[in-house]
Amino acid sequence: MKNRRSVLEILVTLPSALWLAIFFLVPTVVVMAIAFKPTNPYGGVGTGWTVATWLSLGNPSYPAILWRTLWLSLLTTAASIVFAVPVGYYLARIRKRWRQFLLLLIIVPFWTSFLIRIFAWKVLLHPDGFIKKGLVFLHLAGDGASLLYNPWAVLLVMIYSYVPFAVLPIYAAAERFDFQLIEAARDLGAKQWQSFLKVFLPGIRRGLLTAVLMVFIPALGSYLIPDLVGGPDSEMIGNKIAQRVFVDRNLPHASALSSLLTLAVLLPMTVVLFLPGRRGRPDLMAGEGK
Amino acid sequence: MKRSRVPLVATVAMLVFFYLPIMVLVINSFNASRFGSTWEGWSLRWYLRLLHEREIWYALKNSLIIAFGASFVSVLIGTAAAFALHRYASRLQKTHYAMIFAPLVMPEILMGIGLLLFFVALGVNLGLFTIFLAHVTFCISYVAMVVLGRLQDFDFSIIEAAQDLGANWWTVTWRVLVPLLMPGIVAGGLLAFTLSIDDFVITFFVAGPGSTTLPIRIYSMIKHGSPPLINALSTILLVVTFTAVWFSQRLMEDAK
Repeated sequence: MKNRRSVLEILVTLPSALWLAIFFLVPTVVVMAIAFKPTNPYGGVGTGWTVATWLSLGNPSYPAILWRTLWLSLLTTAASIVFAVPVGYYLARIRKRWRQFLLLLIIVPFWTSFLIRIFAWKVLLHPDGFIKKGLVFLHLAGDGASLLYNPWAVLLVMIYSYVPFAVLPIYAAAERFDFQLIEAARDLGAKQWQSFLKVFLPGIRRGLLTAVLMVFIPALGSYLIPDLVGGPDSEMIGNKIAQRVFVDRNLPHASALSSLLTLAVLLPMTVVLFLPGRRGRPDLMAGEGK
Repeated sequence: MKRSRVPLVATVAMLVFFYLPIMVLVINSFNASRFGSTWEGWSLRWYLRLLHEREIWYALKNSLIIAFGASFVSVLIGTAAAFALHRYASRLQKTHYAMIFAPLVMPEILMGIGLLLFFVALGVNLGLFTIFLAHVTFCISYVAMVVLGRLQDFDFSIIEAAQDLGANWWTVTWRVLVPLLMPGIVAGGLLAFTLSIDDFVITFFVAGPGSTTLPIRIYSMIKHGSPPLINALSTILLVVTFTAVWFSQRLMEDAK
């Protein structure tokens, strides 16, 4: 019986493990390897090994882009958490039917096309759009000011895109939080904000940490958002990778940049994976089917 | 004790934030005006214009072929993976879980460039087939997570009961396990289908000449095309997605 068990285990594990090893793990290693290859004149990869590509990353334009990638991602994460905590709290405290409906409304953007949602913002922030007209009418913006093609537009759309990733883990943690603890704190004389800061937030810290990483990691790799609503002064590392691939077809250079991004992403990712939730797994989908 | 109003206000604000851009886009798709800035009355002209855009139809055909293929294959692989993750608590499954989980958080651009270089290194021609392979890769993880969620409240004593009554594992799998998991499997498949049909970033990296998908077409329309047409096309896609979400939620609820 024991033997039979392990044969079945291998049988159901193998298809996904093999597929992901071939199409996910191997490609990641290939990227790292090609970063040490020279280019060839046909836009492909040459023979032999070199560190020249890595040295060319010292190019002065890169530190600025890396720095921008970092601060845009950090601000996106901070804003998403601040926004998501009260929403998670609210969802955990309301009646079940109503909560299911609201959760559905929050999950739907996950499913809808990323491209379309960014395009919708492009229309909204357009110089002829009503937000711009409203701001000009209120004398909050000049006629010539542009709401699009700057880092702030990128930040706004990044928050818009990534905030659902923060709401779900925070809600999942809040849902399991014992709200009587807050009442106890209040009975013992804590003010409302004190019970929130000193009882509620520590109580959901695991959900908070998951939320931080779930927003921060994908945010670091943003490419489409700065591409569509950003300008030349809002490029992120993802845009540089795409340019090296599609504009000047320098695959080793693109690989070096990607390796850098992979390393930046790997560390926080390991944290999420080893951060135990129920059954030793991170609580991501906990919001679903509840 | 007075409850704070902040959570309610934040939730309402978030929903407005989420849906305002989408609403404006949908309403504008019915605007007769060529420029979204002025309202010239209700009209279906942009929807009718879509009928004559041959390139959109061609891209839609490609997208559908890939989405059906990728969701079918990823449902098979993802369901098996979820079963393995749920049933066994070995060290193998810990690694397996990490492999399934990583593509969910990994920035799409990294998966895109990884697959591109992998295909280039192998000398594979880029086209519909490479897009299909890429889509299966990211869909497996989502399907596995959705089905795993279903399995979490699955009562395994039913299987033992079937075995006690003399059913072999083949019968147990196809007559007991799969029918009971069906709602989760269909929900996972719907998610895979919408993710595949909506994906832009990864597809853009592994697409070749002649394998334009709908999102790639929309992207080039955003870059150089006419906004009202994109509004109309986006509205149709939104309706499709909303229906899929609604349907899959129904499935998950009915199963309870």
